[in-house]
Amino acid sequence: MAISRRTFLKASVAGGVVVSALGFDLKPAYAAVRQLKIRNAREYKTVCPYCAVGCGTIAYVHGSGGLNTTKTIIHVEGDPDNPINGGTLCPKGASQMGLAISPRLRKSPMYRGAGASEWREVDWDFAMDWFARKFKASRDATFVEQDSQGRTVNRCNGIAWVGSATVANEDAYLITKTMRAMGLTYIDHQARI
Amino acid sequence: MTNHWKDIKNADVVLVMGANPAENHPCGFKWALEARDENGAKLLTIDPRFTRTSAVADKHLQIRPGSDIAILGGLIRHILTNDLHHADYVRAHTNASFIISGDFGFEDGLFSGFEEAGSRYDKTSWSYQRAADGYVRRDPTLEDPQCVFQLLRRHYDRYTPAMVAQIAGCSEQKFLEMADIICSTGRADRVGTIMYAVGWTMHTVGSQIIRTGAILQLLLGNIGRPGGGINALRGHANVQGATDHAIVAGILPGYLKVPTPEQTTLAEHLEASTPQPLVPDTVNYWGNYPKFMVSLLKAWFGDSATTANEFGYHYLGKPDGDATWLSIWDEAYHGRLEGFITLGFNPLLAGPDIPRLLQSMSRLKWMTVIDPFMLDSAEFWKAPGMNPAEIDTEVLYLPTTHWIERDGSFTNSGRWAQWKEKAIDPPDGVRSDTWVLSELFWRVKELYQQDGGAYDEPIQNLTWNYLNPREPLLTELAKEINGYDHATGQLLSSFGQLQADGGTSSGNWLYTGSYTEAGNMMARRGTADPTGLGMHHEWAFSWPANRRVLYNRASADAEGRPWDPTRAGIAWTGREWIGDVPDYGRTTPPDAAGAFIMTEEGVARLFSSQMADGPFSEHYEPVESPTVNALHESVPVNPVINWYDGVRETLASEGDDFPHACTIYRVVEHEHFVTQNVPLLVEAMPDFFIEIPEGLAAEKGIENGGRARVWSKRGEVEGVAIVTKRIKPLLVNGRTVWTVGIPVHWGFAGGTSNTHASMANLLTPFIGDANTRCPEFKAFLVNIARAEPRAT
Repeated sequence: MAISRRTFLKASVAGGVVVSALGFDLKPAYAAVRQLKIRNAREYKTVCPYCAVGCGTIAYVHGSGGLNTTKTIIHVEGDPDNPINGGTLCPKGASQMGLAISPRLRKSPMYRGAGASEWREVDWDFAMDWFARKFKASRDATFVEQDSQGRTVNRCNGIAWVGSATVANEDAYLITKTMRAMGLTYIDHQARI
Repeated sequence: MTNHWKDIKNADVVLVMGANPAENHPCGFKWALEARDENGAKLLTIDPRFTRTSAVADKHLQIRPGSDIAILGGLIRHILTNDLHHADYVRAHTNASFIISGDFGFEDGLFSGFEEAGSRYDKTSWSYQRAADGYVRRDPTLEDPQCVFQLLRRHYDRYTPAMVAQIAGCSEQKFLEMADIICSTGRADRVGTIMYAVGWTMHTVGSQIIRTGAILQLLLGNIGRPGGGINALRGHANVQGATDHAIVAGILPGYLKVPTPEQTTLAEHLEASTPQPLVPDTVNYWGNYPKFMVSLLKAWFGDSATTANEFGYHYLGKPDGDATWLSIWDEAYHGRLEGFITLGFNPLLAGPDIPRLLQSMSRLKWMTVIDPFMLDSAEFWKAPGMNPAEIDTEVLYLPTTHWIERDGSFTNSGRWAQWKEKAIDPPDGVRSDTWVLSELFWRVKELYQQDGGAYDEPIQNLTWNYLNPREPLLTELAKEINGYDHATGQLLSSFGQLQADGGTSSGNWLYTGSYTEAGNMMARRGTADPTGLGMHHEWAFSWPANRRVLYNRASADAEGRPWDPTRAGIAWTGREWIGDVPDYGRTTPPDAAGAFIMTEEGVARLFSSQMADGPFSEHYEPVESPTVNALHESVPVNPVINWYDGVRETLASEGDDFPHACTIYRVVEHEHFVTQNVPLLVEAMPDFFIEIPEGLAAEKGIENGGRARVWSKRGEVEGVAIVTKRIKPLLVNGRTVWTVGIPVHWGFAGGTSNTHASMANLLTPFIGDANTRCPEFKAFLVNIARAEPRAT
């Protein structure tokens, strides 16, 4: 019997352990061809970070997330269940893994002093201490409890907060809550422009 | 969006104007194509350029940047002179029958009540006439000469096809062909939608452009119906949600109002913010304002918000006038702002008038930039032409997580809040925005405890009851936003449960129902669509109340019968409403109240006194215009825009040589500036370019693929010339006007691309809309010349 590639494959799938005419079992090799890179990856349902269509996406991640493991993103594609995009993505959305693992993502706080021509790397403790002290000093220096007409206004005139349309609702809410409590009124984000 | 992305498939006519969704919202735009292919819908574009959307449209009309109101006003006139409006809808669901004060008028470009000194309107004459019972006088026949319908007819009567063509530079014939299609939906069995984006908002008349679109859609009976509405296509993943949650000057979460200095008590604030019904038959839902506001204060200040301290009302700052984007920069420009914090945003490139913004940044004492990437804004002191040695601004850059390293919800343009899962951990050394904000809060709070300082009671009393106070979980915040019943400790399921006595809390009433005792509604993944209209009520959560189409009571007639049974929004069964979540009580009979429950009129406003610049819209030229205002030369531009000090000098004036109109835009490969960090996209669209019409290029000796230089009174850019047939010369007021196009995506920092720091916003003017102060990015004047090739 002449064995075409097709019947050979059929036989090897149907027959369980089959020793082929070649004298050895090709099944593992065949199976390896059929494996997708997303095999063994965990799926996370997320949303595209770009425009406001809100396309559903699936991020495929290797690594359990357990102790001593590092989760590595290997692929992102459109979520076919999402009624908005039905699995489709635009050129930006389709390449969003390039944003997730961009070589230009930064890992350290940086500080630039008055008149300096370069950045200086700093640690988080320095950074947050500097930030909090600057914030408090400007708040103290520019806070107005009562305006010229004697009305209680309790506002901080000297600090502005802008952004962001790129953070989740929950962070957006926390920004508003915190900055309004600080007395800031100069608060705006990308929606204005 | 009044409607949502998938709903666009239900339209018979899709008008895309001030947007280019094929390029900028491709996967949402598929629903417009679905309408075209499956419904036989007509797809139309009106734009200064022949865009990628135009390329798949049935018809395209090219107009001059800034002539949108002339076009839309012409469409309104076309409807009214040819009786194309949806008469039953207009009578039932708009204020067409309302009688306006006899003192109201419009003459030579100004509405009644203009106060030259303050460049503002006294709106007294823009009011309704009242009957003896105190309610508004109405004329159901729509014949009273002072009724809104007749005033509307008179106001837009000047927008003849000839006038439209003269202002916009299009042909009368092409305008009328377009008008016939757009105005074909003023019937029960047809429906049309409008898709718009920042091509409408970024003008000194931006808000009025949108209002004119809304008037058009109301006359055609298209608001509230599946396949209808007026749909803003937003540009960032969560620009809708960040607006809902009020990272916005002037509002608090859920579109509550920021208190003003005049409102010296909570009671005064509530009184000023709670509208009174203007007719007996209105739900007047904003009448619940006190419940929303007190519940917000309880969410923020918890047990410290008591009746004794007006629920912490004075913990909130009362701003000294406008506090929006341009005013923030103006404060910095004049050296009054000390600190500037930016998170997830590249404000310098966002403009306008980057040279002015650079000066403004140089006058700050300090700036903190929080972002996953190093930004041009953080490195402004390295910008071309800046001398770091002369700049004393201290700058801190903090690297934070981005979307895929965090969970939380994004609300899309269609108001669907979709929960996203965290996929990967951030690299070592990177912290979350939540962590940075919490850390700042705690460190400032502790500094006040140690050292004292300016009024810190609100900081000390701010609720922060999170499992890990240094980094709250986003699910904890989602629950706080949803709100609690304090008596039972249970999560609320509806904003109908909110109380004004402090018995409930909610961080944002619009999101009440998004995270209930039944779980996280935003994470729902049910794909069922029993209406067949793409509403998908079990997918995610759509504010408010999981309603998919806003104002859907107007999708049915006065008796509650859907205008079009094949595309029913909601329908009255005799006992209850079925279909979408009704924008009305579920068992409230159809004749109990007006369809537009959020207005004190109970109907939609064709005439509105809420606007700063007129109860109707009017065509005003951009502040930089290549022509006179053909309607009224003495009032060329919007008379009530705010002129910041020193801005007039930065605009092209008589005798300057800036003959060409210019507009700016995006391309599909990039999203603002962040995609400069994605190698594949930089490769796909590597460099800044200038889009130049063929005739103008020939006149200037500019070759396709060569280089060109474009400059305005404020700045200059240089880049690759793309000579195009997509922009035609326009005959405006008897003169040929060319339009030049410039994409926005490039900066100077980092430099994956060869751009020579050509930033579109070097060119744009520092001036904003009369209502929102959104800058006029979309229409200004430039000159252009050939530039010599650069060594690469």
